[in-house]
Amino acid sequence: MDFLGQVWAWYTDPAHWTGSNSIPLRLWEHVSLSLVAIAASLLIALPLGLYIGHTGRGARLAVGISNIGRSVPSLGWFGIVYPISTGLLHRGGIGFVPAVIGLVALAIPPIVTNTYAGVADVDPDLREAGRGMGMRELQILREVEVPVALPVILAGIRISVVAVVATAPLAALVGGGTLGSFILQGLALDHQVRVFAAALLVIVLAVGTELALAWLQRAAVSPGLSGGDASGAPMPP
Amino acid sequence: MSSSPDPSAGRAGAVVALEHVTKTYARGSAPAVDDLSLTVPAGEICVLVGPSGCGKTTTMKMINRLIEPTSGRITIDGDDVSAIPAVELRRQIGYVIQQVGLFPHLTIGDNVAVVPRLLRWPAPRIRARVDELLELVGLDPGTDRGRYPAALSGGERQRVGVARALAADPPVMLMDEPFGAVDPIRRDRLQNEFLRLQAQVRKTIVFVTHDVDEAIKMADRIAILQRGGILAQYDTPDTILANPASEFVERFVGADRGLKRLSLGRVRDVPMLEPVLVHVGEDRADARRRLALTDELDYALVVDDRERPLGWIDAGDLAGSGPIPAEAATPGAPTVEPESTLRDALSAMLGSSVQLGVVVDDRDRVVGLISVDAIGEVLRAPVRGADGPLHPVDGAAS
Amino acid sequence: MIEGQPFFDVGWLLDNLDQLARRIGEHLLVTVIAVVVGFVLSFALALLIRRYPPLYAPVLALSGVLYAIPSIALFVLFIPITGLSLLTAEIALVSYTLVILVRNIVTGLRGVPADVIEAATGMGFSPGEKLWRVEFPIALPIIVAGVRIATVTTIGLVTIATLTGLGGLGYLIVNIGIQRRFPTATITGVLTVVILSTLVDIGLVALQRRLTPWSRARGG
Repeated sequence: MDFLGQVWAWYTDPAHWTGSNSIPLRLWEHVSLSLVAIAASLLIALPLGLYIGHTGRGARLAVGISNIGRSVPSLGWFGIVYPISTGLLHRGGIGFVPAVIGLVALAIPPIVTNTYAGVADVDPDLREAGRGMGMRELQILREVEVPVALPVILAGIRISVVAVVATAPLAALVGGGTLGSFILQGLALDHQVRVFAAALLVIVLAVGTELALAWLQRAAVSPGLSGGDASGAPMPP
Repeated sequence: MSSSPDPSAGRAGAVVALEHVTKTYARGSAPAVDDLSLTVPAGEICVLVGPSGCGKTTTMKMINRLIEPTSGRITIDGDDVSAIPAVELRRQIGYVIQQVGLFPHLTIGDNVAVVPRLLRWPAPRIRARVDELLELVGLDPGTDRGRYPAALSGGERQRVGVARALAADPPVMLMDEPFGAVDPIRRDRLQNEFLRLQAQVRKTIVFVTHDVDEAIKMADRIAILQRGGILAQYDTPDTILANPASEFVERFVGADRGLKRLSLGRVRDVPMLEPVLVHVGEDRADARRRLALTDELDYALVVDDRERPLGWIDAGDLAGSGPIPAEAATPGAPTVEPESTLRDALSAMLGSSVQLGVVVDDRDRVVGLISVDAIGEVLRAPVRGADGPLHPVDGAAS
Repeated sequence: MIEGQPFFDVGWLLDNLDQLARRIGEHLLVTVIAVVVGFVLSFALALLIRRYPPLYAPVLALSGVLYAIPSIALFVLFIPITGLSLLTAEIALVSYTLVILVRNIVTGLRGVPADVIEAATGMGFSPGEKLWRVEFPIALPIIVAGVRIATVTTIGLVTIATLTGLGGLGYLIVNIGIQRRFPTATITGVLTVVILSTLVDIGLVALQRRLTPWSRARGG
């Protein structure tokens, strides 16, 4: 049987569709871990970025955080977080929390940077026009700054989401499961079919996410704004 | 049209008064605006003009509390603005800035609707108001309402900016160099449009510019500020040009203030001369006799069968007899309209050999003649304007 | 983490300085190969695009998709063909550098003012001389900016390549640190990567300043 035939056989083997090491379970781990991490980073990063962008306070801090964030390798986050969180939680084997923390650390910088930069770069005349017409500060933020900065903010979120989905496989190293488990198992057992089959799944998931978000981004931005751009891409996840 | 109210029947202007207003940015530094008192009568355009650093923009922004005065009082129709919550106050004051500041993510219609929405007007009322205003500023609601600012020309954006400022029918409008970012030709057109609009809406307008010519053109009253926010003179354009209050004002309005005054006057304000009209095909002898009857003119004006001017002809050319051909006229008689400024008329006349302007109506028919001498008379005449200058008030608002 | 074990064991670090040096060496070697090969390929691609501009759009689109491919997947994708080898890892690393470098080199060369090129042509430069003596030096700040990003990115990515048995600083982070529950090694590895990235970046900035004294500290 040729290699690709074996890969196909691996996908279609009923044993890989049930149980504690099945494709659906690993996929669910992958997606749920990503969703939780993204939700948590949005909750932290969006308000922070909006605050810094609107007030101009803490801009240096934001730039500093994102610079450090970019030079720490994605793997490094798990490496740093894992010993700390297991130490704090006194639990060795359960990796969901350290996995989430690692991904959140990775996802925050692009969202903060883009949100802050997007809002801060809004033409001051628009802010002044809004204020002069009697908008409250929150109204200026919600009705002027956020919509105008939306392309840049969404670009940041897109970078983070794709990075999270693409880095989630590494969470397998700290017991986070995900499709990355198959890759690590395959590497450990020298089982190339499993490695390749899982890698393909990860690629389809990440590229699919990227394309879906690109489409969403175009759909969400006011047609009055010609496409904005991301302020700096991080390393490939 | 629709049942919506005529904008000209909207709220007219309110009196804006500044009383001993001072603004100092940093403790101990020189004031940006120093003990400024002036009253803008309801429905007038007051232009704040002066060199950069004179505090004109600061003064304007204190009216809608974008900047808070350090001391002094500002009132609108007697109400102290500091007693009104800033946000509420600003929703009652139209605001137009140089870069317009249209929201790029909103359509033209939604931009105009910003303040009505802040004021929670019902949707049908907002929609009717938006269409009414777009029409008022010369845009087509049907096609333009759904467009985005990026698709508009600079002049159109400026008009939308004015419509947006007028949206909630505010009695007072603040305009910060509103035409500063458009080219001179478009600026002239926008200024004229705006003056026509103002004649309908009669708002009280505080208008900031650094351009003296714009100030003279737009203002009912000009406040000239000098560095440090000191009011150098506050008066009608004509008075300021005729009687500058200080050397600073004299220098600021320019050495050509006589000529500038001419741009305030219109041809219709000057006494006209009766021309000797000669029709094409008329007998030379008849024409010669009629020209001889007047001693004011050396030339007759040849006109066609619809009384449109063709050119001048003098007694010598009228010698002999027989019908006068159209070619006998020496072309080049400058035509001016009753609405032309005296400055434009003078400039046209100086370029022609016969120093007379032919005043024509909107169908190019001859109405009369205007002479360089008559324009000179205007410059020597005392200040016009029956209501007289309004001097800065002292103490309470008048 | 094993109870009673210190969070950071300085003794271990001092005992293993030789291993640290070796891992840094491995790490840098893999990085340098990737950046150099990536640069040569990118430059060739950029020249091709300069010759046939319609190529640029599809190359950009392709590299956008490539950039979205998770590194862990790309690192293992070619194992069935090239095995658990340096080549397998370099294929992935070079691919990522192409994404960054092609764009920067093309942008840099396109940014050379038309009047400068015209002046060079007017003075009789041959096309090759124009490229090397006029366009390339002027484009250098933007090109170096690309090299900086590509290098720092590659240094980060090489840590993941350790999963395919390549060693490097990832070995300290994963194989000793995470798998043996020994945080000291992980922290040492991560900090060394961050410091290495910073130093290499500073070095490249200094190099650029030397090479382009007319444009102080621009680019990046």
